[in-house]
Amino acid sequence: MSAALVRQSEAPLLQVEGLTTSIRVGGAWRDAVREVSFTVAGRETVALVGESGCGKSLTALSIMGLLAAKVGRVSAGRITVDGVDMVAASERQREAMRGDRVAMIFQEPMTSLNPVLTIGFQIGEALERHRGMSRKAARARAIELLERVRVPSAKARIDAYPHQFSGGMRQRVMIAMALACEPRVLIADEPTTALDVTIQAQVLALLAELQREVGLAILLITHNLGVVASVADRVLVMYGGDVVENAPVRSFFARPTHPYSEGLLKAMPRVDSAGELVAIPGHVPTLPDMPDGCRFQARCPLRIERCTERPPLAPLRADPAHEVRCWVRAS
Amino acid sequence: MSAATVTGGPTAWQRARRSPGLVIGLMVVVGMVLVAVFAPWLAPYDPDEQDVVVPLAAPSAEHLFGTDYFGRDVLSRVIWGARISLSIGIVSTAAGVIVGTAIGIVAGYFGGWLDRAITAAADVLLSFPQLIMGLLLVAVLGASTGNLILAIAVTAVPAFIRIARGSTLAMRERDFVDSCRVLGFSNLRIMFGHVLPNIMDEIVVLASLWLATAIRTESTLAFIGLGVPPPTATWGSIVREGFDNLLDAPWLSLCPSLAILAVMIGLNLIGDGLRDATDPKAAP
Repeated sequence: MSAALVRQSEAPLLQVEGLTTSIRVGGAWRDAVREVSFTVAGRETVALVGESGCGKSLTALSIMGLLAAKVGRVSAGRITVDGVDMVAASERQREAMRGDRVAMIFQEPMTSLNPVLTIGFQIGEALERHRGMSRKAARARAIELLERVRVPSAKARIDAYPHQFSGGMRQRVMIAMALACEPRVLIADEPTTALDVTIQAQVLALLAELQREVGLAILLITHNLGVVASVADRVLVMYGGDVVENAPVRSFFARPTHPYSEGLLKAMPRVDSAGELVAIPGHVPTLPDMPDGCRFQARCPLRIERCTERPPLAPLRADPAHEVRCWVRAS
Repeated sequence: MSAATVTGGPTAWQRARRSPGLVIGLMVVVGMVLVAVFAPWLAPYDPDEQDVVVPLAAPSAEHLFGTDYFGRDVLSRVIWGARISLSIGIVSTAAGVIVGTAIGIVAGYFGGWLDRAITAAADVLLSFPQLIMGLLLVAVLGASTGNLILAIAVTAVPAFIRIARGSTLAMRERDFVDSCRVLGFSNLRIMFGHVLPNIMDEIVVLASLWLATAIRTESTLAFIGLGVPPPTATWGSIVREGFDNLLDAPWLSLCPSLAILAVMIGLNLIGDGLRDATDPKAAP
């Protein structure tokens, strides 16, 4: 209960309002992320869930301001990171924000580090860039950071190269790099997908611990609902660029409401039931083939005529904190 | 964690030391560079001093490589010539490597119209044979040491644009470049702080081979009379001076030619050895 109170008192560090991101497919601009809104407060973890191509990573890139100009653009909405409007900011301002106040870690720790530079240099480089630290001071701080992410014998390994580290250790190095400048917001894009299950748990525990210490707001992008259940406070399910369900984590797992969320949970293997896994029939349509109205309609078992019209993200009567984008289930 | 002690097989340096070609090449080239550096102490005679008493003397104990038409000691001229030939080669290759690599990285990194324009320009330059290119430039600019270096450097630039661009294209898609972007690094920092160290091995290999080409181009230009103005000795100009008396005194042209040959072979051995040492696929 007290944890919930602390959470409430934190101002949102990441605010996304009506974000629409378009990408160019075959010469035409199409909305790949539609009117996505959410906030992440300090010490809060929001999970963005959905299968490949649903717009999760595009949302993250929009927040970071890293859409390549010719391929993608934020066509509507506001993104505020720690009070700074990332959409209105100049490229220079966005560059200064990245790595300093908003950081990101990726799925592939094996390839996300530069193979020919020492990890000490790579961790310290952000400090040189954003804090104007000298090489020597940055190196000393890099050792502290390496100790903080629990890399054993940090002092001895500061001058080692990435190939001398295991996957889990490299992901810790990535976390140290991301947190070097003490950002307020961390976007973690599938941070544990490439790791062994035991290492996954360690890395998630480390992230949670660092989050408590520095009051980080974490946006966790994943398709692993097990990870969501263990670390997230709130879940956003995306499908075809739409947020189809937005719920606190407990009520999401207790009452998955959107037919797509139900399908996702049924398709997840569980230890405690011998039931067969049920796949969601069909596949995600490509952007040009995306239906108007509800984007899940072609694969939905509950489809009614009204689904050709786009449903709003509406709160459930029983639980106003739980929102769903579905004509059938919202009523 | 035992990973601290794990190394990924033999390092490039360890492989390099085991390659006999590389070691021999290094010995030859380093030896030649030392000869050039210590020319004033090594040369038995003043290279420009004429001794009319012994023109076209055959090799003997007194004049190991014989003397030329003006009675100048050929060994001394070859030793002093190494200075000019090697330094023109090194300076022009260095200039070509720096300029070409920088342009190539920019082209490969940014892509788009800039890349297309730079690639097209490099292709045009590459389509000229190096010698014709150097000849044209020296003919237009005039034969002086500075212009010679400029001309040879210009012929090297497109080769380095091409290799740096190609390697950068591959590097640009690597995940660590995205890591740099999310850390707020500028394009300049990513290009020269992160991409460059990754493509350096290929640049160094090509540079060692190009150094051979540059020295050969200088000698060729000197041979056809477009080199450093006489009486300064360079290997190419000594060959040229000896050419008039080739039938009577073949050592005049032979001795500097052997010096050129030795450096060519040495540099090519170094280039091949470095390529094998830095190519993980070729690792034994």
